[in-house]
Amino acid sequence: MKPRRPPWRRGLWIAFLLAPGLAVMTLFVAAPLLSSFRYAFYNFHGVLPDTFIGLANFRDILLDPTYADTTWRALGHNAIVFAALMLTQNGLAYLIAFALLKALPGHRIHQVIVFLPVVLSAVIVGFLWKLFLHPLFGIVNAALALVGIHGLPWLGDERTALGAIIFTNAWHWVGFPALIFLAGMQRISKETLEAARIDGADDRVLMTRIIWPLVAPSATIVVILTFIGSFNWFELPYVMAGATGSPGGATDVLGLFFYRTAFGSASSGLQDFGHGSALAVLMFLFLAIVSALALRILRAREIET
Amino acid sequence: MAGITFGRRALAALAGLSLAGGIAAAQAGEVTFWTWRQEDKAVYTDLFAAFTKANPGITVKFEAFPNENYNTIVTTALAGGKGGDVLHARAYGGLEAMAKSGYYLALDKTNVPELANLPDDANASESLRADGKVYAVSLAGQTLGLIVNKDIFATAGVAVPATWADLLAACTALKAKGITPIANGTATPWMDAIFATVFTNPFVGPAWTADMLAGKTNFSDPKFTAALARLLELKPCLPDGFTGVDYPTSQQLFSAGRAAIFVGGSFEIAPFRRGNPKLNLDFIAPPAPAAGQPTYVSRFFDSGFAVNAKSANAADALKLVRWMATKDFAEPAAAKLGNISSLKDVAAADPLLAKIAKLNETAMPYSTLVYFRFEAPTGTDLLQDGVQKMMGGTATPAEVGTAITTGLSKWYKPFQK
Repeated sequence: MKPRRPPWRRGLWIAFLLAPGLAVMTLFVAAPLLSSFRYAFYNFHGVLPDTFIGLANFRDILLDPTYADTTWRALGHNAIVFAALMLTQNGLAYLIAFALLKALPGHRIHQVIVFLPVVLSAVIVGFLWKLFLHPLFGIVNAALALVGIHGLPWLGDERTALGAIIFTNAWHWVGFPALIFLAGMQRISKETLEAARIDGADDRVLMTRIIWPLVAPSATIVVILTFIGSFNWFELPYVMAGATGSPGGATDVLGLFFYRTAFGSASSGLQDFGHGSALAVLMFLFLAIVSALALRILRAREIET
Repeated sequence: MAGITFGRRALAALAGLSLAGGIAAAQAGEVTFWTWRQEDKAVYTDLFAAFTKANPGITVKFEAFPNENYNTIVTTALAGGKGGDVLHARAYGGLEAMAKSGYYLALDKTNVPELANLPDDANASESLRADGKVYAVSLAGQTLGLIVNKDIFATAGVAVPATWADLLAACTALKAKGITPIANGTATPWMDAIFATVFTNPFVGPAWTADMLAGKTNFSDPKFTAALARLLELKPCLPDGFTGVDYPTSQQLFSAGRAAIFVGGSFEIAPFRRGNPKLNLDFIAPPAPAAGQPTYVSRFFDSGFAVNAKSANAADALKLVRWMATKDFAEPAAAKLGNISSLKDVAAADPLLAKIAKLNETAMPYSTLVYFRFEAPTGTDLLQDGVQKMMGGTATPAEVGTAITTGLSKWYKPFQK
């Protein structure tokens, strides 16, 4: 008979298996996070933390006009991005998901087409649309010229620049929420939908009264991901508008402001990890708290199917 | 069995030996040079070969990193006590962060006597304001002005403008012939600061700049805002949809011969020549406010060579940097890199660069870079942001002037009175 292994050996074995993953997470996720927490409380002398200054960096970011004006303007832009993406990107995604659910002829190929841009990197999409929207060589203005419209320099005009980048984001990402909604819709039992049809529900009623409450878990995921994505927005504006949120800060968002502050922009090599870290910590807290609250509220309205 | 064990041991010993040998070879007499100029690799490799010839036993290894990540990479490496022995360093405010942190070796007349080969303003560009010590050997000066396609002007029968009125007239004449007069757009912010500096400097002049630096006046002064307002007169000269035209597009327009003037730095000349060898280029000072009045190009020094304070091979690194402060390096470097050496009495072989060197004799500084790039918000950031808004129609020159003054007064003492 085999002797029974003492229980601690099992624990040791588990610890041994977990250790590499834990070490990587500690080294590359937890440690930088904690060090940025620490840096946020320091004044920097060059690129070295110099003196402990308590909450002064946070006060500057939130209250001193030198930083605060930019912080609040950037936060406002993030909020616009969130609202616009919720309405356009996710609204459209819901409609597309419903259309795909109806399994019209050719729906499989359309499913692939809608999802295709999602697999491209944001940098590629950014450069692509920057070229499309170019005032001199872009196909958008060339197409508009064919119907006699003189197109704007979309990315150069303060009134249209943010909208143009939001549009690009929606084009890039619409397939993702569409897929999540579609998966949610496919989980609804056929009987429910057929019963609604027999009771005389048309597409509009079906979408708003029957399906919408039943895909609430999918909506929760989409809202939370869009929220985090919108307030962490970086790649697209960086590629399409540069680190300064050109033109004149019209596309400046918190991600760009953080990057500029911590690492310096093209025209200034100034690096300020103190203020940069403070901003990063604030963004982290904002995202964590609001996401947690939103998750509670959204979960509460989900219905068991 | 024994045979296998022996074989393995022998193999391991061999591997260990070659590894140790490799490290030893990498350390003895090898200086690593870090830069963001990947595109200049061939030039530096040639130059370093000449250095090895003059200093047998010391080889230089060239390592380049992407420009936009260079600061971050160097900072991280130096903080960990690593990094190249000789480091390509930024100038002015860009130098400060590194030098302040003690990552660069202070250079002086004893460890680098060749600093005497450089003019004071070049050494100043690589000095720390706090201690006045020099931390790098300045490589080159850059001059800002107008790069002109001579053939376009000749074919169109339009004279190259010498005064502001000439420039506006030339714009109208060129546009009538379907040529974009000025290639610049305003979508890339750092270009806007250069654009504004080039055209406003002749209108404000050196005396005003000296007063401004002393705090006797500031950027809210009507003299400066009136100069800014002049830029608005140039709107019709710029490409269609100029607010959306970025730096690479402007370069393409000029390279392709579709635009007559490119407002920029002498550093553009080499890429333009590479891009289109048929371009018949000239470099001129911006237009004078009126006939008979003086005009000025704008100037700054842009990079230098520093020694890693923690270099394990500091003696050889210093030898390399000392050599870089002599004509043996500066003359061929200037010729091959197509720039104007910071060293005194290095004649430019290229006639166009020689002409720019002549213009430099009366140059004004690129003020927002030379004097106002030390703390946030930087003068360049404020200027480019303001000019971009002004050209886009969402700010007035007076608002831009006030924004620059208010921003700088956060840290520039003379503006705080």
